[in-house]
Amino acid sequence: MPEALIGALDELSRAHQEALSDPTFQVELMELHRTYTGRPSIITEAKRFSEYCGGARIFLKREDLNHTGSHKINNVLGQALLTKRMGKKRIIAETGAGQHGVASATAAALLGLECVVYMGEEDTKRQALNVARMKLLGAEVIPVTTGSRTLKDAINEAMRDWVTHVANTHYLLGTVAGPDPFPTMVRDFHKIIGDESRAQMLELIGRLPDAVLACVGGGSNAIGIFYAFLNDQSVRLIGLEAGGAGVETGKHAATIVGGTPGVLHGTRTYVLQDGDGQTRESHSISAGLDYPGVGPEHAYLHEIGRAEYRAITDDEAMEAFSLLSKSEGIIPAIETAHALAGAMKIGREMGKENGKETTLLINLSGRGDKDVQTAAKYFGIPL
Amino acid sequence: MSLLEKSFELARAENRALLIGYLPAGFPTLDRSILAIKAMAEGGVDVIEVGLPYSDPVMDGPVIQQASEMALANGFKTRDVFKVVAASPAPTLVMSYWNPIERFGVAEFSENLKKAGGEGVITPDLTIEESQSWISSTDKEQLHRVYVVAPSTTDNRLAKVTKHCSGFIYAASLMGVTGARRDVSSAAQSLVERVKKVSNTPVCVGLGVSTGEQAREISKYADGVIVGSAFIKLILDSKSESEANLKVKSLATELAAAVRR
Ligand SMILES: Cc1ncc(COP(=O)(O)O)c(C=O)c1O
Repeated sequence: MPEALIGALDELSRAHQEALSDPTFQVELMELHRTYTGRPSIITEAKRFSEYCGGARIFLKREDLNHTGSHKINNVLGQALLTKRMGKKRIIAETGAGQHGVASATAAALLGLECVVYMGEEDTKRQALNVARMKLLGAEVIPVTTGSRTLKDAINEAMRDWVTHVANTHYLLGTVAGPDPFPTMVRDFHKIIGDESRAQMLELIGRLPDAVLACVGGGSNAIGIFYAFLNDQSVRLIGLEAGGAGVETGKHAATIVGGTPGVLHGTRTYVLQDGDGQTRESHSISAGLDYPGVGPEHAYLHEIGRAEYRAITDDEAMEAFSLLSKSEGIIPAIETAHALAGAMKIGREMGKENGKETTLLINLSGRGDKDVQTAAKYFGIPL
Repeated sequence: MSLLEKSFELARAENRALLIGYLPAGFPTLDRSILAIKAMAEGGVDVIEVGLPYSDPVMDGPVIQQASEMALANGFKTRDVFKVVAASPAPTLVMSYWNPIERFGVAEFSENLKKAGGEGVITPDLTIEESQSWISSTDKEQLHRVYVVAPSTTDNRLAKVTKHCSGFIYAASLMGVTGARRDVSSAAQSLVERVKKVSNTPVCVGLGVSTGEQAREISKYADGVIVGSAFIKLILDSKSESEANLKVKSLATELAAAVRR
């Protein structure tokens, strides 16, 4: 990490630690979640989709029903309150799918903060609807035209803005990557997903699920739902990365499955890189997973074997996208569809292995409204 | 005494600041980058800083980003940086983000740089906390380690960071990324003064410096002046290689005159 940002990172660490032990902060955040986000989010049993998952019972944690349509709001409201606590007036954010940008613009409107969102030019095209949403919410959206013009370059540009305006600006990073304290802090704001789910599952079926599944871009929705289950050794934790055209083709964003250890954006983790340590471009049909790094805690969970990571191709994700839409009346985000495709595979595998009923909990991290254009094009539906 | 230290001594004897010129290796091609560096030295740059192009240069503005992208697109490989260092006519340091060094192998990188005649390395995104392997390998090869400090760096941290620096301390003139600015911020002078209180190592000011006037101003209080983007911009805007090298040489001459006190 550049020395110029050490002061701001220290300040953020302190603010986060103080907020953790400050009951008024926690009450304020919980009250916002109850009256604004719409928490707790419900769990839906997907009885018809179950058929495509080898008959496993499928439970969906409905983060798609949160205000702004994804899990991203959990972290954003937390960090936006921290921003006020630090006395800063301006937030900047990077966004891939636009969900984090929309959530940031929303929190800025709610709390009266100035908001600038950096978004790769390529992503402004595939997520045009979200660009318009951010603008309607009063945020400025800056298309990033360097490098691969996707999420990683948006992060670079946000870092450059931050180092220039750090005195009055908070960088509201949208996932569990980046320098310390971001991975821990963002996880802390998302662990409510797992806390709620664990209690809800016990209430619904009287036991824990056999496996918990989530898609992994930077890894925030996944760590959010995994965290409460870390000590439940009977529960498999499975992260689904974006396999793009297939990991073997090199055109993918499956960082743990197909990457190597390195340093990116101030974190030591798995990175898609060439032999010279130059970051390789990632590829995925889903803008939100199209990132050549991954949160360091996932790298750790992979290394100690507590969580498993697999890659789902674009085509597999789109099949699951379509099947969930038609069997349950829920159109998922394409990011989330990777987790659903994972459930189709894992459900069949586990059903065969144990011969008894298998229960899977899936983090339905977001809704697919933003993806209608991409999906229509993929399925050949004229617009 | 290293060549770099001798250069500082000579500059001090001549009552002037040291002039350091930055260009990325392999920009726009390997051969052309070597010739541009030679032109910089002929014009009067004392010490060369060779950039190692990286895909994600978060501390760099648009000009160095563009140059890095061009170098990589033209096939730059990490080991090419040693060829540029070996061909440089002046004492030379490499500036590199951390991941390419780590990927090359920390010990191997230091060994190769020493063999090529390099003086040291500037690491803009490496903190001293993450520097264990770096400190031991650069110590082993007797290479200078230059860290960057910024106006936001606290006095406490300045003392810690500068303890691990040798050769010189890179003082960022402002909060921001590389690239020419119209004015050098007043933050530069107070940062240099704060560094001087905790360290005897020479302090050089970089980031945003592009004109003789700015160099003259900085020379009043700093031991050295670092200019990068302004040279690159000249190369980017030139129609031919010979035009580019002439302009590079003439800017170097202008700056070299400006650093005399
Ligand atoms: C709905 C949804 N799910 C998942 C992600 C991926 O992010 P993460 O891996 O941090 O959860 C995104 C990112 O934009 C998203 O919008």
